[in-house]
Amino acid sequence: MSISRRDFLKGALAGGTLLATGAPAEARENKTMPDEAVGLLYDSTLCIGCKACVSACKEANNMPPEFSREDKLWDTPLDISGKTLNVIKVYKNGTCENKDAEKDGFAFMKVSCLHCVDPSCVSACPVSAMTKDPVTGIVGYNKDICIGCRYCVAACPFGVPRFQYDTPVPQISKCQLCRHRMGEGKYAACAEVCPTGATLYGKVKDLHAEAQRRVALKPGADAVFPRGNINTHDQSSHTAKAAKYLPKIYGEKEIGGTQMMKLAAVPFDKLGMPTLPDQSFASRSETMQHTIYGGMLAPLAFLGVLTYVAKRNVKNDDDADDEKK
Amino acid sequence: MSASHNHPAPAPLGGPLVTPVTKLLAALVAIAGVILLVRFIFGLGSVTNINDGYPWGLWVVYDVVIGSAFACGGYSVALLVYIFNKGEYHPMVRPALLASLFGYTLAGVGVIFDLGRYWNFWHIFWPGYAQPNSVMFEVALCISAYIIVMWLEFSPAFLDKFGKKDVKKKLNKVLFFIIALGTLLPSMHQSSLGSLLVVFGYQIHPLWQTMLLPLLYLMTALTIGFAIVIFEACLASSGFKRPLEMHLLGKLSKVMLWMLSAYLIVRFGDLAFRGALGNMFELDIEAFMFWVETALFVAPLVILAKPQARKHPAKLFIAACSLMLAGFILRINSYLVGYETGAGWHYFPSVSEIMVSIGMIALEVLSYIVLVRYLPILSGVNESTATATNK
Repeated sequence: MSISRRDFLKGALAGGTLLATGAPAEARENKTMPDEAVGLLYDSTLCIGCKACVSACKEANNMPPEFSREDKLWDTPLDISGKTLNVIKVYKNGTCENKDAEKDGFAFMKVSCLHCVDPSCVSACPVSAMTKDPVTGIVGYNKDICIGCRYCVAACPFGVPRFQYDTPVPQISKCQLCRHRMGEGKYAACAEVCPTGATLYGKVKDLHAEAQRRVALKPGADAVFPRGNINTHDQSSHTAKAAKYLPKIYGEKEIGGTQMMKLAAVPFDKLGMPTLPDQSFASRSETMQHTIYGGMLAPLAFLGVLTYVAKRNVKNDDDADDEKK
Repeated sequence: MSASHNHPAPAPLGGPLVTPVTKLLAALVAIAGVILLVRFIFGLGSVTNINDGYPWGLWVVYDVVIGSAFACGGYSVALLVYIFNKGEYHPMVRPALLASLFGYTLAGVGVIFDLGRYWNFWHIFWPGYAQPNSVMFEVALCISAYIIVMWLEFSPAFLDKFGKKDVKKKLNKVLFFIIALGTLLPSMHQSSLGSLLVVFGYQIHPLWQTMLLPLLYLMTALTIGFAIVIFEACLASSGFKRPLEMHLLGKLSKVMLWMLSAYLIVRFGDLAFRGALGNMFELDIEAFMFWVETALFVAPLVILAKPQARKHPAKLFIAACSLMLAGFILRINSYLVGYETGAGWHYFPSVSEIMVSIGMIALEVLSYIVLVRYLPILSGVNESTATATNK
């Protein structure tokens, strides 16, 4: 017998169309910030590059030193890595005379996890080892679940999660905002030790308001900057002359926003921060996946068509075998 | 309708198992084994060049992404025979399936070498741990399911060998469903191997970052599937001194060329639609590699343009090789050349990394040789030509 080509084409077309368009595409929007989300505000203009935060981070997270100098006298990491969750990098130009000047100047930048509102690493992780806390919004990692595929390392637009290549029992390492210290009523160690309030901890809402206040400050005017925890005022504040801030809060909108925001006087791309769209990459990827696989409707429909067609054709195959005997 | 009764039944080839070729292959497998031992004792960094800028190296991009695409022969031929009902290609099903079986099984095993915390790998299938929003979850689940399905699809060869007629009969009753699954699953994960890159966002060069990645990967996987069948048929016929099924290969190559043309239209249509055509005229490594990729995709269309050329084994072989290489470069380009996560990162596979990938290929070829000699896979040939195999 001959299969009706028209029947087959009809079926294949229906299945194919379903597979292509899926359940009426519900674009997955960017995720939204939890109300009580906590984070950091890093102010490049207040940072003096003392690296107290780098040292405190190492101690709080019990991580080994890393050496970039011959003498190996003290911890000198040049970048975040499997052994380092937080570093301060420096931008240099020309004579490097003026702080926070793009030309002939220098500026600092903190490199650590930005705790995205809609993180690529969480979307990428195939086993829920990378998760976003629904209350604090902290992007946490659980090594006991992790399979070590490094999809998060590759996916993060900021290059934050790092992997340990020099051990048979490696882990991903990334800043988890010292969530392990919160039980003791403590907060992020980097903010706790920052002498100038360049790294400030607190609720994202309040940090955002503080960032807006600073951007609006008159350059050169005396201003008061809180230190430590903006919500508990556990430390005295710090008075300094306001810098010439760029009118931008980095992390306000970048890929759907981040819980660590940054202020600077030198353009962010010069400080190593990528220029990013507002739409999160996670939402793009998940929209695509949900379009194709939403409720498994399209694949099941396609399987139905394939089964129907295969059944007819394989049956013929059997008949042919029987005829032979 | 099927034309299987027109073909001689598959039969074991017989012949020696220990030959200079199989010895060489075994040696390559052993070398890879030693390197892997070092990897498991000292960590991934001890033998690979992967780093935080390029956390995925050859073992992911070749062993899994390319390896599974090269194992699409079984998928493409099954689609042709059972879904498009082209029974005339029936003799190609078993050999193609065998190669696919090894390709996929080893891709699955290869993943374990690359996973940093491989002892947790089962979490990906475990409710509570599994994370269905992850493209990798879909890929892992689907590839694992396909490996099982393929072993079932292939099991008639074993059942024939061991004379388990009743089991085979029972299996035959549900074979249509296994075959349907065997065409659905690769459609799903071969496209998803492209989707994996979508979440990388701006880190993938505009020549390769597109929402059509799944379609591009699926179309090339299918086309590579046909190329690999031609490639393997040519190698098997020269290696085992068997006549080449030219009439089939010629027709198959025509299907391949149609698919290829469709792919190129989608590929360039997408570049034009996204306004990324200009990127190919820039003076950088990405543009250069894009041209290499494109040239390799276009070459088979030129080589096999004339119907006469499709009857020429050498031309068919070269066209198939070009297409396989094109699919290889497309995947290398989108995963490595076009990937940039910030300044200062470099990656080129280490010798050890390459030797492990070569060892995997050697293991595939070795297993293929052993099994076709032992099991009824390649279609039987007439006595007059068969004598050549038993020198």
